[in-house]
Amino acid sequence: MGTNANVKSVERVVVRLAGDSGDGMQLTGNELTRASALAGNDVATFPDYPAEIRAPAGTLAGVSGFQLHFASQDIFTPGDEPDVLVAMNPAAFKKNIGDLKPGGLAIVNQSAFIKNNLRKVGYDESPLEDPVLNERFRIVPIEMNAQVERALENEGLSTKEIGRSKNFWALGLLYWLYGRNADKQLKWIDEKFANKKKFAESNKKVFLAGHAFGETAELFGESYRVEAATTDPGHYRNIMGNQALVTGLVAAAQKSGLEMVLGSYPITPASDILHAMSRFRHYGCSTVQAEDEIAAIGVAIGASYGGAIGVCSTSGPGLALKGEALGLAHIVELPLVVVNVQRGGPSTGLPTKTEQSDLLQALFGRNGDAPLPVLAAKSPADCFDAAYEAVRIATKYMTPVILMSDGYVANGSEPWRLPDLQKLKAIEVNVRVEPEGYEVYQRDETTLARDWVIPGTPGMEHRVGGLEKDSLSGEVSYVPENHAEMCRVRAEKVRGVQAEIDAPELYGDLDGDTLIVGWGGTFGALRQACDDANEEGLGVAHCHLRWIHPFAPQLDAILKRYRNVLVCELNSGQLAFLLRATFLKDVKSFTKVEGQPFRIREVLAEIQKLQGSSNA
Amino acid sequence: MPETQPLVTLKKKDFQTDNDVRWCPGCGDYAILATVQKYLATTGKKKEDFVFVSGIGCAARFPYYMNTYGFHTIHGRAPSIATGLKVAKPELDVWIISGDGDSLSIGGNHLLHILRRNLNVVILLFNNQIYGLTKGQYSPSSEQGKVTKSTPRGSIDHPVNPAAFALGAGASFYARTIDTHAKHMLEVLKAAHEHEGTALVEILQNCVVFNNAAFDDYASRTTRDERAVFCQPGQPLGFAKGERALDFRKGRFKAVAHEDATYVHEPSNAAAAYALAQLRYPVADAVPMGVLYQEQRATYDGLFVQDTKDAKSAGKEPTLHNLLHRGDVWEVK
Repeated sequence: MGTNANVKSVERVVVRLAGDSGDGMQLTGNELTRASALAGNDVATFPDYPAEIRAPAGTLAGVSGFQLHFASQDIFTPGDEPDVLVAMNPAAFKKNIGDLKPGGLAIVNQSAFIKNNLRKVGYDESPLEDPVLNERFRIVPIEMNAQVERALENEGLSTKEIGRSKNFWALGLLYWLYGRNADKQLKWIDEKFANKKKFAESNKKVFLAGHAFGETAELFGESYRVEAATTDPGHYRNIMGNQALVTGLVAAAQKSGLEMVLGSYPITPASDILHAMSRFRHYGCSTVQAEDEIAAIGVAIGASYGGAIGVCSTSGPGLALKGEALGLAHIVELPLVVVNVQRGGPSTGLPTKTEQSDLLQALFGRNGDAPLPVLAAKSPADCFDAAYEAVRIATKYMTPVILMSDGYVANGSEPWRLPDLQKLKAIEVNVRVEPEGYEVYQRDETTLARDWVIPGTPGMEHRVGGLEKDSLSGEVSYVPENHAEMCRVRAEKVRGVQAEIDAPELYGDLDGDTLIVGWGGTFGALRQACDDANEEGLGVAHCHLRWIHPFAPQLDAILKRYRNVLVCELNSGQLAFLLRATFLKDVKSFTKVEGQPFRIREVLAEIQKLQGSSNA
Repeated sequence: MPETQPLVTLKKKDFQTDNDVRWCPGCGDYAILATVQKYLATTGKKKEDFVFVSGIGCAARFPYYMNTYGFHTIHGRAPSIATGLKVAKPELDVWIISGDGDSLSIGGNHLLHILRRNLNVVILLFNNQIYGLTKGQYSPSSEQGKVTKSTPRGSIDHPVNPAAFALGAGASFYARTIDTHAKHMLEVLKAAHEHEGTALVEILQNCVVFNNAAFDDYASRTTRDERAVFCQPGQPLGFAKGERALDFRKGRFKAVAHEDATYVHEPSNAAAAYALAQLRYPVADAVPMGVLYQEQRATYDGLFVQDTKDAKSAGKEPTLHNLLHRGDVWEVK
């Protein structure tokens, strides 16, 4: 490929793309990710964008970023510091340059470094000339606007349209830098702009111009190759968390033979679940975009009452609004899945940033004693398994289930090995049509689930509702002992989900002193930190919880085996609080609430600190 | 449409449950319950096909007294639960039972949206202009100045007009009837039930304990002949025992001598319906009852079913394999 540059083989690369919200950085990042995944690399991504759709152009608030990590070996996170930064304007440069690895490459759109833009972010003069920065990083300024204009001469496009194409120029350059397949990208552009031939042609020209620039400009000296990762045999696709989650829900519905109804009200970062589900209508999975969060769960409960699988997708503020309705679903014992894609809180908080601070809300955010099964997805691809499992438990136990995801898992992506269809567990459904001897709250002996009787079934007319009911007949009951019995049995049923839970996997050095415990989207950072710690001989094991309620039955023994238990989470210590309360174990808590995921080295440093203090 | 199934013969008592009805003695709800049970027996439909969905309030206990399927849900949210139920099982005959607090206060948003979507259900809104179950606070339909437990100096709230609210929200059917007028209620229930779409029926319902005689000026057995207009399609809007009538002049209704009225009731006339909705006693001489407005338009559940059909005929075969193998898939050997 490159005629004038050496090709250097590397194991892993972290690229961060940063530009204005309107610069198309998310698209550019997704395309480079797709190309890397198709080339067989393991990939992990982290989009980081502002809450405003278009913050004022050129300001720090408007910077949108996308980080991609691709490698020839297994990776668990999008990487701590980028090796390469692509900065489309001074704001993007200023916000991100501090994160670049020393010696890292910064590809900068010099055309945007004009006085006005510099002033907007407080630069008196261009930082590209700064000797200190140039000493520390390899800064390559390129007049991208001029390059794009030259490529599009005589195309009859407006200045604005030309300006919008420069992300394709940068993408072309990156394709050259990492030896990605350009033909596939050209085909993709044709398909994407099938209805706008003019833009297909101009974007292809710009993409090729960027690619050719890399080849001929002699600015880089070398290009890079990352070999395909050696992964388990099978079929793969690259998938984002929210998409994997919807695929898991639809797969469960398909397996159960039931229809599914998603009631949802748009909310960041969960809206993509609504968007994705709306494309599976032909699978009998339909969506109702409700008037508010409460109506959305109302629709889902109504659908479950009518014999479909009711599902809701929301984020923290929405879960708060659904509290009363969740109590209703709990007391009438209908299957329901509520997906909570967490974001920074409290209140509106940090809508586009990640956090894990809704855990206690999910467990306890309802009036009365109303325990529900709560489980969490640990990575984008894992959202499939977690969603499938949530539906399976909901129908088998006739209970609402809360599935926790977060912004990092939802918007991140990674290669997903397609599951073996034969190995998907059965979705058990207790629909009853036999009126003889029917009692509303008669229960299955093992699961304690009541029967699911769908309106329209002859001879079984009955009433359900939020008032306490007799433990057998289902008639309204104010009898004190009956209420106590119903509270007890509802809790026992939910606790019984323990029978479904696999023993938590223990990873790393199992015989050391230290165990790190996490849940949800921190999996990758904790797993890598565990590996790194063991490379230093620190003797660390990692246990990541799928189920928060109920806890796996083995967890008590696991926690008590280790002298140091470090609970790492993106909140102020909610899981640590639960573990202390449940197991009377003096766990240590390591937390972060900056709206950003853990960096591997932050976790590693905490492990080192903990061992230092416990050995002292 | 030809009948494909023989009609079921049921009696009023087939729709009664064994539960003791626990409304206050003399409550208007008893008469509504009896009339609904009587009406259902005339429909020829099976018990299992009816579902009564309610929110919270005195009225919301209604499903417990109906020997059909029933769901007593949470305050104000019955329309959303009914929506989920209808999209999951459109063939069910769903009735929502609600009150002025449940529908017009805490559930106002859901009422707005069910009306504009035109879900094919009947909504019975028991309007007693008071909060009964919480023992006597003013409601959003209570008149301004009302002295209640929570308004010792009189309420400063301007009341909501349920008819105007419904029409503003895009209701395809609005009717008003009276708890003590079983014959009229039966007629209105039939019209509402036969309507394709959301049929909102406001029932003026007397709360004997906390707001007794609230409608007596124009809806009692003795006053309604004078001051209520029982609207019938194609008929003049007569009242005062046929001596007077409402005539539609320059966008408003005006009380005139019966023989001078030229307007005959057209339920599909939206302008007239809006003008009728404004007539509140005592500002107006008479208050309209019956079907004030009705239009035919597509129902939400009908469109929903069609959308599913269209998607199924257009989409790739819905198999698990096709579900997983979407987009760029590569194989590692």
